[in-house]
Parts: sequence; C-alpha cells; structure tokens
Amino acid sequence: MTPERLRRTMIFLNTQRAALVKDAFVYQPDCVIFDLEDAVAQREKDAARIQLYHTLKDLDYQGIERWVRINALDSDLFQEDIRAAVAGGAEGIRLPKTETAEDVQMVADLVDQAEVAFNRPVGTTMVMAALESPLAILNAYEIATSSPRLMGIALSAGDYTRTMHAKRTVKGLELFGARSQLLLAARAAGVMAFDTVYTDTDDPQGFIDEVKMIRDLGFDGKSCISPKQIGITHDIFTPDPKEVLHAQHVIQAVQANEAKGVGVLTVDGKMVDIAWVEGAKRTLKLAKAAGSYRGDLV
Amino acid sequence: MQLKHKAIAGTLESSDAQIILAPNDGGLHIDLTSSVYEQYGTQIKQLLQQVCHRLNIENANIRVVDKGALDCTLKARLETAYFRAIDQKVDINWEALS
Repeated sequence: MTPERLRRTMIFLNTQRAALVKDAFVYQPDCVIFDLEDAVAQREKDAARIQLYHTLKDLDYQGIERWVRINALDSDLFQEDIRAAVAGGAEGIRLPKTETAEDVQMVADLVDQAEVAFNRPVGTTMVMAALESPLAILNAYEIATSSPRLMGIALSAGDYTRTMHAKRTVKGLELFGARSQLLLAARAAGVMAFDTVYTDTDDPQGFIDEVKMIRDLGFDGKSCISPKQIGITHDIFTPDPKEVLHAQHVIQAVQANEAKGVGVLTVDGKMVDIAWVEGAKRTLKLAKAAGSYRGDLV
Repeated sequence: MQLKHKAIAGTLESSDAQIILAPNDGGLHIDLTSSVYEQYGTQIKQLLQQVCHRLNIENANIRVVDKGALDCTLKARLETAYFRAIDQKVDINWEALS
C-alpha cells in the first residue's frame, strides 16, 4: 500500500456500456471502478467481463488507478470476475457486501491463484472491502486487518440503510454510526477509508456539504457516480494555501523549538505542540500529492 | 471449437457494436455495416478476422453493426458472441484473448 497515493475520488463505471469505459480517464478521477456487479444486467455479465478484460489490456488510463467491483460472494460469478481482472492487470479488486474477514481471505486466495496463472507478480493486486450491512460494520476491524492485500474499506450506504431499516437523508445522520465505526477500524488497522456515493447528482450543495463532512471526519476519499462530482471532491480534499502555509509554520516552529526544550508554543495565533506535527505533515503530503506543495518538509 | 448455435452480443448504442454469429459449413463470411466504414471498414474486418483466427472460428456468418466502437469493444463483442455460441461461461483462457 502507498498511503501518499491520492484516492480522493473513485468513480463507478458500468462496464457493460462501451461508451462509458472507453475514455473515462478524461475526467481525471484518482481511481475508476469498473463495475461488474449491480450496474450490469444479469444476462450481460459475460459481456461486461470480456469488455473489462480488453479495456484493462488495451486502453491507457494515464496512471489512474483501475479497480474492479466483482460480483458478490453469494453469486456464481465472482471467481471468473477475479480471473478476468487479474489477467487484465487491474490494480485492485473491490469486494461488495463483505461481512467477515474470511470473505476477504477467500478473495485474496483466489487472487493469489490468478496472479500465478496469469504471470503477474504475486501480492501486487490490492483488495478493497465494501461494508454494506450491520454485521459488516460490527466486523470492520477484523475485515480491515484480514489480509496484507487490503488497501482500504469503504462504506456502501444503499444496502446498509436498507438492512438497518433506516432512511437515507440529506444530512446523513442515519450513517453516523457506520461512518464512525468504519473510520475507527480503518485508522486502527492502518488502511484507507472511503465514503459512500451521493446519489442525487442534481444537488451540488448537498454533495459539497457531505464531502466536507466526510473530509472533516477523516475519510480519505469518496465513491462517485458522476463526473460532476470529481472536481468538487478534489477541491475539497486538497488543502488550501492557508492550510499549507500553517502546516509549514507548525513543522518549522516545532523543529526550531525542539532543541531549546520548548514543547508548547504559539503558531499563527494558535497553541501547538508536538502532537500537531503529524497532522501538519499529513496536510503537506496531501498537498504534495495533489501538486500544490513542492517544498521539502515531507 | 464448433459453434453450437447462433449468438448475439453488443448493442446499437454509440461506441458499441452489435454482432450476430451463426454457424455455417462454408467458411467465414463477415457482413459489416459501420458508421465509420469509409475510414475504417478494412481495418475492422481485419481485426474481426484476427479474432476469428485466434478463436479457431473457420465456418461462420458474422453480421456486424458498428456504431463507432473501439477495437477493444469490437474484440469483446465478437468474443462474447463466440463464448455464447459454444455455451462457455467460465474458465476462459484470458491470455489467449489478447
């Protein structure tokens, strides 16, 4: 896993539809998720899988990370989905409806076999687990620590709210427990955390408010369903110049005072101590990955 | 492998191609209609022939309606039709499709 790799946006693409997968890189998301699951009609699963393979092999996605959402483990489709994704060279596999650590381990074992079968370096294909039920949320930490392949865990709110007997609201209060638990698990396990999609593409303000909220909570990125959501999410997740400047001041001030034995000091009018340095470094790393900081403090 | 029955794959949406593959006893016949026939008709037929060669399809009627599909989609639709025509759903030899 490379923590500094930006994964602010992951846009779902219906792999059944040739027009959607042929040039989605022009929208410049950090990641794409070629969907073989819910978006694909049952009778077109085979067509989508073969389209996936050739898209992975033939099209240059210009460094955008390519993920594949396979069909769920209760289907008879996921094994061949994994083989196609690994043979095509996908960077990662997103497992829907993950409920236990064993689910991830079963997929990881199949990925092992596929990497050997298709001559890919063993261990290079990442896995991401989507948590979509109360049981999954309760098992979040076990899932997050289930495999060295696991890059991150993601909340999927559609099935989660259904199984919780909850209603989706604009404010998202019904997801508060799940978001918090998922983040706790991800941070404790040292993997990344991704938020669910915002389905109302005609409500930009609602989307902005939600992205700001999940950024402040600590998520690393958001699943997207529309190109319109990509730029907004990137802007919100990229530290602004004021934040970058303050982060530099914090690091420089703490370093300068360390030798003097001063542990607590004031920077830009705010009290800071050594505990602030980690957050400041994270801000600069994010800014550096996004191209808005070119200094050498991180 | 011998085609067992007629099969269809793809759509008539923009950037896609619809391909109907049917067994016959008298060689390979490709009937291509394409929105870019003037510029790319010859290359598309060559591509389809290459796919047939890789899949050992020697006797078939192939009707293609191309709506500006990329090569990767043309290959995918013909292969999908082929696997449907031989009733194969799993254990695809993916590397052989490259």
